[in-house]
Amino acid sequence: MNTMVESMTMTAPAAPARRIGEVILEVKNISLAFGGVKALTDISFDVREHEIRAIIGPNGAGKSSMLNCINGVYQPQQGSITFRGQTFAHMNSRQVAEMGVARTFQNLALFKGMNVIDNIMSGRNLKMKSNLLQQAIRWGKAEREEMEHRAFVERIIDFLEIQAWRKTPVGRLPYGLQKRVDLGRALAMEPQVLLLDEPMAGMNVEEKQDMCRFVLDVNDEFGTTIVLIEHDMGVVMDISDRVVVLDYGKKIGDGAPDVVRANPDVIAAYLGTTH
Amino acid sequence: MGFFIETTIGGLMSGMLYSLVALGFVLIFKASGVFNFAQGAMVLFAALAMARFAEWFPALLGFDSKLLANLLAFAAALAVMVAVAWLIERLVLGKLVNQEGITLLMATLGITYFLDGFGQTLFGSDIYKIDIGLPKDPLFLLESVFQGGVLVNKEDLFAAAIAAALVIALSIFFQFTGTGRALRAVADDHQAAQSIGIPLSRVWVIVWSVAGFTALVAGIIWGSKLGVQFSLSLLALKALPVVILGGLTSVPGAIIGGLILGVGEKLSEVFLGPHIGGGIEIWFGYVLVLFVLLVRPQGLFGEKIIDRV
Amino acid sequence: MFYRENGQFKTSYRADQQIFPIAQDRIAILALIAVAFVAVPLLADEYLMRAIFIPFLILALAALGLNILVGYCGQISLGTGAFMAVGAYAAYNFTVRIDGMPLIVALLLGGLCAAVVGVLFGIPSLRIKGLYLAVATLAAQFFCDWAFLRIKWFTNDSASGSVNVSNLSVFGWTIDTPYDKYLFCLGVVTVFALLAKNLVRSHVGREWMAIRDMDVAAAVIGIRPVYAKLTAFAVSSFIVGVAGALWGFVHLGAWEPAAFSIDRSFQLLFMIIIGGLGSIMGSFFGAAFIVVLPIFLNQALPALGSLVGLNIGTAFVSHAEFMIFGALIVFFLIVEPHGLARLWSIGKEKLRLWPFPH
Repeated sequence: MNTMVESMTMTAPAAPARRIGEVILEVKNISLAFGGVKALTDISFDVREHEIRAIIGPNGAGKSSMLNCINGVYQPQQGSITFRGQTFAHMNSRQVAEMGVARTFQNLALFKGMNVIDNIMSGRNLKMKSNLLQQAIRWGKAEREEMEHRAFVERIIDFLEIQAWRKTPVGRLPYGLQKRVDLGRALAMEPQVLLLDEPMAGMNVEEKQDMCRFVLDVNDEFGTTIVLIEHDMGVVMDISDRVVVLDYGKKIGDGAPDVVRANPDVIAAYLGTTH
Repeated sequence: MGFFIETTIGGLMSGMLYSLVALGFVLIFKASGVFNFAQGAMVLFAALAMARFAEWFPALLGFDSKLLANLLAFAAALAVMVAVAWLIERLVLGKLVNQEGITLLMATLGITYFLDGFGQTLFGSDIYKIDIGLPKDPLFLLESVFQGGVLVNKEDLFAAAIAAALVIALSIFFQFTGTGRALRAVADDHQAAQSIGIPLSRVWVIVWSVAGFTALVAGIIWGSKLGVQFSLSLLALKALPVVILGGLTSVPGAIIGGLILGVGEKLSEVFLGPHIGGGIEIWFGYVLVLFVLLVRPQGLFGEKIIDRV
Repeated sequence: MFYRENGQFKTSYRADQQIFPIAQDRIAILALIAVAFVAVPLLADEYLMRAIFIPFLILALAALGLNILVGYCGQISLGTGAFMAVGAYAAYNFTVRIDGMPLIVALLLGGLCAAVVGVLFGIPSLRIKGLYLAVATLAAQFFCDWAFLRIKWFTNDSASGSVNVSNLSVFGWTIDTPYDKYLFCLGVVTVFALLAKNLVRSHVGREWMAIRDMDVAAAVIGIRPVYAKLTAFAVSSFIVGVAGALWGFVHLGAWEPAAFSIDRSFQLLFMIIIGGLGSIMGSFFGAAFIVVLPIFLNQALPALGSLVGLNIGTAFVSHAEFMIFGALIVFFLIVEPHGLARLWSIGKEKLRLWPFPH
């Protein structure tokens, strides 16, 4: 794994200098329960601008639930989320999207009835302003807007190297390509913060290399802050700036990758302990 | 006051009868996750079978006893419903395993149309009588308390009793038997149930047969009350609000929903109707359900749906 | 051999995203329009116009409207008959109570009223999904059935409960022969089909499809389910309302609430299932199929029967219609859930390869 990431960043300086800024997103004392099941208990951590923050932990630790809270899919019973200085007890999905937070999904949540272009175009939705009547007539404003956004989407398609499959219904694509389309849809929102939920799950080594490359490029070129849930330790240790570790809904580690790796609680959670 | 009680009791009775039809819906949904729009058509089909067999057997086999005719007809009609269940499983359900709910709903719509046409082809399209000896005279209760007493229909009373017995039997079946458990597993997830060895097709035949049995009982009672005619099939549309009110997955819910709807309908027709033009029975149930759903989208007793991403 | 895209290069996104990107398709559509506007009125007789073409056009329009709601946005509606009724009665009231109301304005106003009612009954869809929503839409159907029967104001206090309209004219062109009616309907339907297709391929269409496919993910992208669902109800009901007004004004001339009963709702639902959910073209296929089928059965079954020596009465034909309908629905759902439209595109795919097998 180490060699993989090294080979990708061979053209860049050995330690990529990212301009890591101030805290952009902060999660305070979040608790989430479904009936009797406590998904998250009193979680607090922060994310700095332009960094790559990883969230790791064994299965069922509550990582996806955490992202779902940030996105407004779940409403936590307690706690607050602060984004760029504004604090919310509950996030509303649309508000979050408008504020510039985009996300990919663990189980892909692509729109199976549409092709690749349409899926990615749906990410441009917030930026399209023409009203119903203009769209019905199409000629004029709606057409211009559509073409403008199509051009942008084509740049994303080029970036993700999926040109050959633009008109294919996404249901017919292999899993790795579907993951790229998911990423493309999130990128289409021109987000400031990108939440990636296991973007490399189920991929082989080549596909993982490609995905890592895309993630790093997005962070380098556009300065997008990345919050990444991932199981592949090699990837996490290599590309992330800081790591949060969750286990059974509680936070058990937070800091630089090396620090977290040496944390006995983290090791116990992953390998189990002898009693 | 006496009139109010009378109307309420009448409403409870008719509510019980709606519940009978609603039971069939709930059974099938509980066990196979299919919303069976064809339940009304099944009631009609069963009632037609019963009515015609009761006519044909004495003529064919040359005997006179009404009791024997009814028994034979019941047995034959039940056999027919089991056959229908088996055919539906083979030709429709088996081919649509794990499709979305809306596809299955539309399929049952298709079955409705088919059964309507088929039943009338096989059994004829006139109005037929069913007579199983239910007393049709009225009963006057509480004559000492209210002047003239409170009128209760004996036939409805018997129907309510039969419906109650059926519900209790079915609840026991679902909760306490192995087959009942298997049915609930299938309702949850077809593929998962299959993967642990539950024979899907056999389970479905059982369920649809039980629903067919319920349809037969409902058909006999309604047919005895109203005569067996095409409008019986529209009972399904009457029973839908009951099913939704009670929640699609709850047998007691179907009963309570039926009672609420029966009483509500009668009371609103008698006390509210004259003020706004009358004939509000046709939409009262649906509008009531609409408002309930706005507050509780899963019905009164249904299970809450949680969306996962 | 004939249906290849060789040499058809697109040099702009605009060209790539037109409705018919393949030249042969464009030619075919133009030919179809020419046939529809010119050849059909010349060649078809009055009976065909009244029995097949006019009902086909109007029901295709209604099916188009329903397809937007059910096929593109995924919201089940069993109350379409009610929205057609609203369109028809609203247009009627505007015509009868306001002197000199032009026909087209009346139709559009009828559509608008239907859109308002549609949005009203669409509000439950924000909380309720799937089967529960289907039952909720039935509330619309039965309530409207009752309202147009019992509330005398809607029928202008007509004693018989039925209403009629006559003397239709548009910009001085009197519409009284079946040919006039056909051309008028054809014009309306063509315009609406184009507007609908534009809507469906622009961002509101994508919003609808996103809500249909995965509404939680759609919310995360920033799509507002409220806006998407209510616009779907509004646009769908508008089109259905106009179709209802056309049905009453142009096809029937005089009507009662029973013309827009629950049977009509089911009929339209069957049209879009058989024709193809989520396809504009499919709505037309489905409508054609369902309009022609009873007529076909009426002629074919007795003929078949006499071949075999059976005397097939009209009662049996109507029962057979039910049976065949039902069987066909089930057949399509099993074999091709995406309907005739999918079969059509599979056919075109094969045509591209013809005469080669693969």
